[in-house]
Amino acid sequence: MAIKLALAGNPNCGKTTMFNDLTGSSQYVGNWPGVTVEKKEGKLRGHQDVIVTDLPGIYSLSPYTLEEVVTRDYIMNEHPDVVINLVDASNIERNLYLTTQVTEMGIPVIIALNMIDIVKKNGDRIDTHKLAAALGCEVIETSAVKGAGSKEVADRAVQMARAGIMTRPQHTFSGPVEDALARIRELAADLVPAENARWYSIKLFERDARVLERLRLPADVKAELETIVSDCEKQFDDDSESIITNERYQYISGLMKSCVQKKNAGMTTSDRIDKVVTNRWLALPIFAAVMFVVYYVSVSWLGTIVTDWTNDTLFAETVQPLAGGWLEAAGAAEWLTGLVVDGIIGGVGAVLGFVPQMFILFFFLSILEDCGYMARVAFIMDRIFRKFGLSGKSFIPMLISSGCGVPGIMATRTIENEKDRRMTIMTTTFIPCGAKLPIIALIAGAVFPEITWMAPATYFFGIFMVILSGVILKKTRMFAGDPAPFVMELPQYHFPAPKGVLIHMWERGKAFIIKAGTVIFVACGVIWFLQNFGFTAGGFGMVEDENMSMLAAIGGVIAPIFAPLGFGNWQAAVASVSGLVAKENVVGTFGVLFGLGEVGEDDPALLASLPTLFATSASALAFMVFNLTCAPCFAAIGAIRREMMSAKWTWFAIGYMTGMAYIMAFIINQLGGAFFYGVPFGAGQVLALCCVAALLYLLFRSCNPDRKMRKPATVGAGA
Amino acid sequence: MKTLKEVKCGETVTVAKLGGEGALKRRIMDMGITKGTPVYVRKVAPLGDPVEITIRGYELSIRRNEAENILVE
Repeated sequence: MAIKLALAGNPNCGKTTMFNDLTGSSQYVGNWPGVTVEKKEGKLRGHQDVIVTDLPGIYSLSPYTLEEVVTRDYIMNEHPDVVINLVDASNIERNLYLTTQVTEMGIPVIIALNMIDIVKKNGDRIDTHKLAAALGCEVIETSAVKGAGSKEVADRAVQMARAGIMTRPQHTFSGPVEDALARIRELAADLVPAENARWYSIKLFERDARVLERLRLPADVKAELETIVSDCEKQFDDDSESIITNERYQYISGLMKSCVQKKNAGMTTSDRIDKVVTNRWLALPIFAAVMFVVYYVSVSWLGTIVTDWTNDTLFAETVQPLAGGWLEAAGAAEWLTGLVVDGIIGGVGAVLGFVPQMFILFFFLSILEDCGYMARVAFIMDRIFRKFGLSGKSFIPMLISSGCGVPGIMATRTIENEKDRRMTIMTTTFIPCGAKLPIIALIAGAVFPEITWMAPATYFFGIFMVILSGVILKKTRMFAGDPAPFVMELPQYHFPAPKGVLIHMWERGKAFIIKAGTVIFVACGVIWFLQNFGFTAGGFGMVEDENMSMLAAIGGVIAPIFAPLGFGNWQAAVASVSGLVAKENVVGTFGVLFGLGEVGEDDPALLASLPTLFATSASALAFMVFNLTCAPCFAAIGAIRREMMSAKWTWFAIGYMTGMAYIMAFIINQLGGAFFYGVPFGAGQVLALCCVAALLYLLFRSCNPDRKMRKPATVGAGA
Repeated sequence: MKTLKEVKCGETVTVAKLGGEGALKRRIMDMGITKGTPVYVRKVAPLGDPVEITIRGYELSIRRNEAENILVE
């Protein structure tokens, strides 16, 4: 039988570093079944039969957060042989709080007292023998960053599992609480497994909703339990959950006095850094500078160089001609060569071109996260983003999306709260990305040559859409509810571990490459097929003239949908659809459809022909707004699918974006046409006004009637 | 008696009572803000919210409207 070890501990306690150290390269990264909480598993190095599971970083085992529930359920249901509890020695007081809970679960526990080197450097002392005796489990000093002690802990854990050593929790609550727990234990004796009885009695005492739901206590037992708990609550004048939490911390405070000696050296290096970095006046300029460097290197400078190289040199000049030549030599049909070379390699290549850029970006993000700055970003930006239902950490995805939406969406991984993350994913591609710039240039050049501020205006429009969506979505049932508590730890700054940063970067990049190889692969093939095949006089076959293709036919069918937006012709419809492969294709498609061949967005012939497609200039503007706001390219949709981890949410996000794009374009075309271009006022305008009214209603309605009103602070009364 | 929200930067206070309920209260307590614990208000974010406090030897960021639930003396 394989031995299962589980790593549990607070966030930022070095758990991931130790996991990487223990498992080497034999890791599996996925998500816990049904939820978007990262799941990591790997084989212990040198032991084929020992599996290490990295549990999510948590502070407690409450029933309120996804991560904590995942951890509890894993330990209770999967019964790992030993739990390795990582304790950050430099922050021992709060870290031991989780330890007091883990040791009660009836599973053997071993403590890895991590970051012990920092403690020693500060001149503090921890008496590990006393600590081990007090907690009832072995304590081993480690420093995961330096690779010290990790192996010792794992070896000892394996020994414990083989020898069947149990952990007896030593910590007790005060007399009245222990009495209540003993009565509950007796009460529930037949309902819970004996080895977990302590855990269950405490959870029942806390009225833990999840445990109650699972145990389905008979009514009489429930009533009895309620009497026991409320008697105790009266005695303490506090709720049962708080009694337990209070006593745990009291117990730990006692341990601190007996086992830990602090030198109180004043300010640490981390404190000094923080004093500057989050200084009231310097914080924002420093933040702007850091963001500028990250953006400039990963999007503008180095990122563009590598992306251009992959797209133009690697794929266009090397892979495509090579594959083409090879297929020709093999005697493949012309259509097959086209499909493989232009359709699939071209399409997937366009997507894979972003990969090096993403690696650079993820490299920076991993550093920012690892060194502790990311938490400060949330601290600095929280005030602004909270106003429209997003998180302080939403800033980074939005900024990156102005370069490319794909890494922008993937950067949402740093947002812990699921609602915040989903909303950021849904809104971040409203910010125009680099590939949308040719569309802006084309419309601006063809229709509004005198307006020089068109490009900046589109960015403001993007920001406007983000805010609008944030406010509107926050009031829907899906995103309603109290804002997640923002009681967030600001970890100590430390030098990032190079290995950890690289592993982090690779994991994120790899996920995207896999996506490009599957969904995007198929989608590009399909679009290519539609674009190049059609029914001609000679029957079904490959067409030279794209005007004859199936895509053109489909464009003709769907064109009426766009009529209210002012571009109900098949050319504009086809251009919009081809934008799904890559947004810059919109321009290229127009060139092909006008018979101009491959043209740039500033080609005079294209600029001259384009206005003929639109009823008024407002329609052209509507076309641009629609294409900037609607469903993003396949690469970005793939990233959305990957981050949402749910087909339902992906479709909802795409539907929402396209719907919003349609409404915005409709309003612009109808009202813009009527007010500025003398289009007579009619049903369309009335409907557009209705849309504006509806948006305003959604924007300003007080709040969802189903939403439970948050109780005002009730502290004053009793005190 | 005042709430943590009203405490000025640089002051150290002691937690007297916690208000609120459910997830928020539990979270605040899980992070170590319990009765009798000293809290040092370290800094206010550049835009005036949230605030950074030192508790049990580490740094915590908390929004003002959450700090309102913490009664101190």
